[in-house]
Amino acid sequence: MIERLVIDDLTLARGERRLFAGLNLTVQAGEAVALVGANGAGKTSLLRAVAGLIRPEAGEIRFEGDGGDLDPEEARAGGLHLLGHHDGLKSNRTAGEELRFWAAWTCGSAEGIACAIDALTLAPLLDLDVRKLSAGQRRRLALARLIAAPRSLWLLDEPMAPLDAANRARFGALMAEHLAGGGMIVAAVHDPLPVSARTVEVGAA
Amino acid sequence: MTALLILLRRELALAWGRGGGALYACAFYAGMATLLPLAAGSEPQRLAVLAPGVAFAALALSSLLSLERLFERDFEDGALDLLTLGSPPLELVCAVKCLAQWIASGLPLALLAPLIAIALGAPPALAPLIVVTALLGGVGFSFTGGIGAALALGARRGGLLIAVIVLPLFAPPVIFGAGAVQAFAAGLPWTPGFIFLAAYSLAAAALSPFAMAAGVRNAIS
Repeated sequence: MIERLVIDDLTLARGERRLFAGLNLTVQAGEAVALVGANGAGKTSLLRAVAGLIRPEAGEIRFEGDGGDLDPEEARAGGLHLLGHHDGLKSNRTAGEELRFWAAWTCGSAEGIACAIDALTLAPLLDLDVRKLSAGQRRRLALARLIAAPRSLWLLDEPMAPLDAANRARFGALMAEHLAGGGMIVAAVHDPLPVSARTVEVGAA
Repeated sequence: MTALLILLRRELALAWGRGGGALYACAFYAGMATLLPLAAGSEPQRLAVLAPGVAFAALALSSLLSLERLFERDFEDGALDLLTLGSPPLELVCAVKCLAQWIASGLPLALLAPLIAIALGAPPALAPLIVVTALLGGVGFSFTGGIGAALALGARRGGLLIAVIVLPLFAPPVIFGAGAVQAFAAGLPWTPGFIFLAAYSLAAAALSPFAMAAGVRNAIS
C-alpha cells in the first residue's frame, strides 16, 4: 500500500514545449493536494506522469510504503486510481455493466460495488445505457470505481466540475472519509476542493 | 488471470453487442466473393481454379475491417489509460484484445470461407482444410493486424493507415494458406504450406503483443 508519494525535481515536457521544471512535492497519508494553475500549465500531465502514462523528462516519482520504496509498476497497478477527463465508459453499454467491469478490473469486490452504488446513489441509473446519462451522472458512475475498489492514492482531474451541489457534498464526504482512512488525494482543480487541502501551483516557475 | 477473463468477456460483448462489427465483416466477405466472379467472368472451370485463392484473399481483406475498432475506441474514451494501469501487463491486455477480435470476427469468417469457396466452384472435399487454414490464418490476421492498429492510434484516417501497414504482413498467410488448399486440391503435398501458415500465425501471436504494447504506450503518452 502506498503511504507516501514523493515527486522529486520533476520536469515534464509535451513535445517541444516544457510544461514545468524542478517540481518537488510530497504527499503523506491522509493528505489532499489541490493542483492549481492556468489552462495548459501541466496539471493533467502531472497526474498522468504520476500514473506512469507519461515519462518525465527529468526527475523522479517515488511511491513509499511502510517498508521503504515500492516497485513503481506494482504500486501503480494496485495502489492508485486515475480519473481523467475521459472516463473510459462505453456509451453503448449499460451503466451497471460498465461499473461492474471497471470495478472488477481494479480488483473491487461485490460488497465494494454495492457500497459505491449506495454512496453515489447510482441504483436508478444501472439499467440505462451510458450514452443516456448526463455529464454529472456519468461522472458519478466513473467515481464509483474509486469506492468499489479501495486504493490509497486518488489522482483526480477536475473531479467536481460536472457534479451538482448535492453530489459535490456527497463526494466531498467520501473524500473526507478516504483521507481519514489514510488515503491520499492529488486533484487538479479550478474550484476549491470540499476537503481541506494543500494548494500547489503548477507551472508557476 | 481473472482480470484477463473479464476483459475477454467485455471485448466479446463489445464486438457482438450493438454497433459491433462481426456481422458486417461477414457481409463484406460475402459481397466481395459475389463481385469477383462478376469481374472475372462466369466460366465455371476458370472460377473453380481460382476459388480457394479468391476465398483467402477476400478473407484477408474482410479481416481488415474491424481492426480500426481494436484500440481506437478505447483510446478515444480513455479506457486504454485504465487498461494500461491495470495489474496485468499491457502485452497480455493487447493479446487478449486480439484473441477476442479473432473469436468475434475471425471465427465467423473462417466458417463462411468454405461456403464461399464452394459457391465459387471449389470441390466440397476441400471444405475441412479451408476451415482449418482460415482459422489459423485468422490468428495471423488478428495479431499482425493488431500491430497496425496500435501503430495507427491517434492518426487521422487511421483505418486507411492500418490497411497500408498491415497488408504486406497479410501476404504470408495468404500465400501459405491458399497455397496449401490449392496443393491439396491438385493432389500435391500440402503440409509444407500448412506448417508455414501455422508457424507464421503462432509467431505472430507470440511476438506481436510486444509491438502492440509499445505502440499503445507511445500513443497514450
